[in-house]
Order: sequence, then structure tokens, then C-alpha cells
Amino acid sequence: MMKRYDLIIVGAGPSGLSAAIEAAKRGLSVIVFDENEKPGGQLFKQIHKFFGSKEHKAKIRGFKIGQELLEEADRAGVRVELNATVIGMYQEKEISVQMKEEIRHYKGDTIIIATGAAENMVTFDGWTLPGVIGAGAAQTLMNLHGVKPGQKIIMLGSGNVGLVVSFQLMQSGCEVVGLVDAAPKIGGYGVHAAKLARCGVPFYLSHTIIKAEGQDYVTGVVICEVDSSFKPILGTEKHIDADTICMAVGLSPMSQLLKMAGCEMEDNPKRGGQVPIIDEYGETSIPGVYAVGDVSGIEEASSAMIEGRMAGVCAADFLGFRNDKEEALTKLKKDLDVLRQGMFAPGNRGKVLKTTEEGFPVSYNLLQKGYIADGEVENYPGVTRKNGIHPVIECSQNIPCNPCQDACSKKCIKIGEKITSLPAINEEAECSGCGMCVASCSGQAIFLVNESYEEGYATVTLPYEFLPLPPKGERGFALDRSGKNCCKAEIVDVRLIAAFDQTVLLTMKVPVDMAMTARFFKANEKEGLFI
Amino acid sequence: MNRIKEHPILGVYEKSKTVKFIFDGKEMEGYEGEPIAVALKAAGVMIHRYTKKEHKPRGIFCAIGRCTDCVMIVDGRPNVRTCITPLTDGMKIQTQYGVSAKEGTV
Amino acid sequence: MSKVNNRSRNIGEFISEDEDDMLICRCEEITKGEIRKAVHEGMYTITEIRRYLRCGMGLCQGQTCARLVKGIVAKELGISPGNLEPATSRVPMRPVEMKILGNEQRGC
Repeated sequence: MMKRYDLIIVGAGPSGLSAAIEAAKRGLSVIVFDENEKPGGQLFKQIHKFFGSKEHKAKIRGFKIGQELLEEADRAGVRVELNATVIGMYQEKEISVQMKEEIRHYKGDTIIIATGAAENMVTFDGWTLPGVIGAGAAQTLMNLHGVKPGQKIIMLGSGNVGLVVSFQLMQSGCEVVGLVDAAPKIGGYGVHAAKLARCGVPFYLSHTIIKAEGQDYVTGVVICEVDSSFKPILGTEKHIDADTICMAVGLSPMSQLLKMAGCEMEDNPKRGGQVPIIDEYGETSIPGVYAVGDVSGIEEASSAMIEGRMAGVCAADFLGFRNDKEEALTKLKKDLDVLRQGMFAPGNRGKVLKTTEEGFPVSYNLLQKGYIADGEVENYPGVTRKNGIHPVIECSQNIPCNPCQDACSKKCIKIGEKITSLPAINEEAECSGCGMCVASCSGQAIFLVNESYEEGYATVTLPYEFLPLPPKGERGFALDRSGKNCCKAEIVDVRLIAAFDQTVLLTMKVPVDMAMTARFFKANEKEGLFI
Repeated sequence: MNRIKEHPILGVYEKSKTVKFIFDGKEMEGYEGEPIAVALKAAGVMIHRYTKKEHKPRGIFCAIGRCTDCVMIVDGRPNVRTCITPLTDGMKIQTQYGVSAKEGTV
Repeated sequence: MSKVNNRSRNIGEFISEDEDDMLICRCEEITKGEIRKAVHEGMYTITEIRRYLRCGMGLCQGQTCARLVKGIVAKELGISPGNLEPATSRVPMRPVEMKILGNEQRGC
């Protein structure tokens, strides 16, 4: 006598929960199994604000999206079994689950696999030493448990995971001594790299780690340059002191359950490795079995949630529960397509783009060093000069994202219908200096500049998400986009309101000729940036 | 030494009561319910075990219970994944050598 | 697939490399050199390598090393990793103690 459910979902991450919600709303009996102690997958480790548009929960922090999802699942009556490891999936949609000290069998009329992905590895001399950890491990330790992985961290990998986790390490009080990638250009969003570069984090592109030093644990690292075939170039070895090496070198779908059940698989490097062959809504070669989220192809949480919802709708339709499938899927497909546009779209992977969709030149400095060069910044439509306070938007890549447009009540910022468009400044509008745009930009790429602040002085208002907060009156230095000291600076305002959602707005006074250069603040006489 | 006092986004972390545990004979403190590996990391412990063949040191690697590098002997049981096992009052944790504790260790 | 499993194909002699000492399977402590040698000793599929050397059979059940082993074997055979037959996926997907496997209940 096996327990039977309309829908069994394996994995309570963003895609699994989203699928459960849609199916439960349509009247199915749904159970979700997750091997972890807490639901939410990787979502609760994401403390940064998401991109996209309002439909995609833009400018909301990952862990808050996770909380909302759990509440919605609860309201819809979804049953989630935690500490439940699905150890096998068989034909006829049967699964066996390990729960505590027992094995139990369940049968689903439909099954959705949402098991996500596992981290890849890169080997180097000493990679098994204590102190070498995965990027996910760093996030788990810092964001879930409140413990720093170490003091001096070197990050391997410049995709979004490497960039975002490096920033999170700094927010936890660690020093990121370098970001290394064998590729000649940064793999993730330019704005994520810029956040690091202006704090002085050095980027070592076309470099690789050849050795982790230390007897019993990591005490340092040796990196060296690589050529265009990624072979180390002798004589370019550099030693860097570090106690932690963090690996962010890609993800591979955990698709073994699907293979076990007999789904048709393919090895697709563009999707991350061994993936099931699915239709546009996630159905595998076995009718009634679906794959959603990273297990069907590495993307992001935003796309995972939409994929989950689509499969939930399809599962309900498969079992004859409702007939609004067409309407629901059309809307969801549209939302998903919007996310799959722009410079980082799956279709553009591997392409070298010279200009943005609108024809602006792509900044190569940004791709190779992590920051837009001084001379390049005024190429972009978000960067204008004006008397009085006005926003300066250093956004130079087409990414589906538009919270800045909605944030401005004075209509200073325009993106338009196509949300991958670079934000442009509306010269007619009058900026009130409220700072909502600065706080709403998930890429922390918006500044307020006032070149008419005082005789000889300008102010630059920047987003600040670190502790300790420099108090009003604090004197120090301004750093330029590359993290170099560029001039003296003094904090004249520190603002945090609920609507900024933990992004503090720091306003610093700098010499007027530095208004378009100064982009970060470092207090006087302190060893690093933070106590 | 590694605990984050206050986080700019997450604020102060919710932890339950402090409990004592023993690591290789030494008394230490941690929070009840947090993963054993977290309490050890907070105290600066890097090595969790030595491998069977080459006697090499290993510590936390994946932190989510997949890689099994962080396993230690917990209350006499070997191969316990410390990154996902909650700490309890009076727990006895020992460095694992191969698949057992070193002879003569407490 | 027939190209891969054709044992009469000449893949050359085993030539040692600098990186042969690199640990690949962390659980069972198997090095790159051991894996490469195994290929030259006639182990052409992941399943065979796994049974011969035990990489992927340790505590973590290949969670960490699987992709690396695949890359090494494929390179030694001169084919792309995508053309290698992936390891059989078999229950249990995660390590399970024998006493638990023997404690089957019937749903709830």
C-alpha cells in the first residue's frame, strides 16, 4: 500500500515551490520532498537585490523572495517534507524516499524534478587542503550561520556567482584579496564587477591558481598568467597571502533521478552538462514527468520560478484538473522570454558583442578589469552633466532590469517597453534628490551627483551596504572606479529609510573636478575598509 | 574569532542558547542547533579529519552535506557530516583518522 | 558509441605527465595518473573506471569527482566528454546506511 499523490515534487527550492503553488492552487494533492533541513534551496543565501522587472520581483532581496514563496506555499496548502532524500525514481512514476531511519515508497500521477545543480571543481596542487571551499559553502557559512569562512579570501571564477559571493564576503567583514579567472574577460554582469572594483578588489583575468600553499591548511596561494589556450605561462607566478580559496567555477545539473527513471538525456555544455530533453514547458520524454529550474539547464532563480509555475500548470492540465492552461502558460512564457534577453541571454553565450542593442560601445575595460574607464563613462545614456543634483547611471550592458525607472517619481529615468534597454536620463525632468533610484538599483550602479554643491566642491551620493557606517562628518578618501584613492572626501549625509531596504545612501563632498571620478569612500587611517 | 557580530543586511543572527561541547578533549562553546562545523569554524578549527590512505588533513568543503570531507567522530559515531549535524549540549567531537579516532585520544 | 568502446583502437602508450599526482577522487584518494593509467589498461567507460579504481564509490558517491573523472577519461580516449557514456545512475542516489535500506515502510 503505497501513498499516492497527484503530484510529487523533488526539491523545495524556488522552482519546486513555485510548481507546488500553481498545482495546489488548481486543486492537486501535492507533496514536496527536500533532503535539506530547511526549504528554499539556494534562495535564502541570496542577500542581494534581484534584477528583472516587477513581475520578476526586481529589487527584492533573494531571501525575502524565499520567505514570500514559503508563505504562498503554506497558504496554498502545499505539504513539504524536509530531511527527506529521494534516493530513487523508477518507471511508473514511483519514488523511494529516505526519511530518518526508514525508506518509504510513494507514487505520483505526475512528477516534477527540481533538484537543482551541484558546484563544479577545478583542481590545483593543494586543492584538498582545509581552507579550500566552494562558493556555496561561503554563502552557507556567512548568510545562514553568521560565521566568516576566513579572513583573507581569494575567489576563483568571475561569473555571477563569483562576483556576487565576493561582495557578500566583504559584507561579512572578510577581505577579498583577489578574483581570479582563466578567461580573458569577466563572465558575470559588469555592475557586479564594478561594485568590487571600486572597493579595490584586484581582478586577475587570464590567470589561474596553480598552488594552494600550506601544510595543514591554506596559508597562501600561487597564481600565474595563462595564454589563450589556458596554459600557464612560466615565469609569471605571483604569491598572494590568503587563508581561504573560494571556488565559483560553474554548476552542473543534478539530473541522476531523471536518468534513472528513463528520461531521454543529452549532454549539453550550454545548459551545464547532463540534462533531460524537455519541451518548452519542462515536460521530459516521459509524459507527466517534468524538469524545472537548474536541473534542466543552469540559469537563475528568476527563470527557475517561472519554469516551476509552468510545469505546475501543465501537470494540472495533464491530470484534467483545469482548462486554463493556454492562458496561464502564455503569460508565464512571456515573462520567461523577457528574462532570456540581452547581453547574457542563453542565445548570446560565447558571442563577443561590440556594441549594445542601441549601438553604444561595449566597455572592454569593464570586461577585463571590472570597471568602466573614466573616458568611457559618458558614452552611456544614463550619464549626463547638469547643474544641481541629478542621477548618474553607470549602466552599460543590456540586462533585463528596470526598477530604476519605476523608482523615480519625477520621471527622470526612462527605459521603456524593452527592459533590456540602457536607462536614459530625461533631461526635462527635475531631480528631487530623494535617492530612491540609488537604492533601487540592484547593480548599485546609480549615483546622485551635484556639481553645484558649494564653491569648488561637489557631492556624490552612493549606495553603501557595509558596516561600520561612516558617520556624518567623517573625513577620508574617495576611491575611483578602479579602487584607487583619487581625492580627499568628507561625509556630509548618511541616509537610510525603510524604502531603501538596507541600502544606506552616503553623500560625500569632493573637489568639483572629481564629481565624475569619485565613486566610493574610505575612512582615514584604517587598515582595510572595515574595522 | 570568526563570528559576524552584525551584518549590514541581515543584522544580528538569531541563535539559540549557548551550549558546551568537547572537541578532542578541549571544552568549547557553541550555539545549540547550529551545525557542528559552524561552531568549530567560529572557534578557528580548520582540520576535521585525516584521510585513510595518505593521512592528509581535510576540513569544510561544500558545507551542505554532499562532499563528506567534514566528517568527524561525534559521540563515538564516525563519518558524521558535521556541516549538517546540529550541535547539542555535551556533544563529544573528535578528529577522525581514516575511519576511527586516534588511539589514546579522548 | 561504437568508437568509444572499440578496444582494438590504438590510443597510444601511457605517458606520465606533471599533473599525475593531482588528487581527483577526494574520498578514495585516487590521483589523475591512476585514472589515466587505468584507461590504458583497458577501462574505457566510467562504470569500469569506477569499479576498477573505486573513484565515485566512496562516501560522497561521486558527487565531487564525477565530472573531473569524465574529463580525464575522455581526454585520454581522445573524445569529447559528451560522447562518454555517463555512469549508471542507480539507487540509492545518496549514501544510505544498510539498516535504513532494510527498514522499508509503506508510505504514510
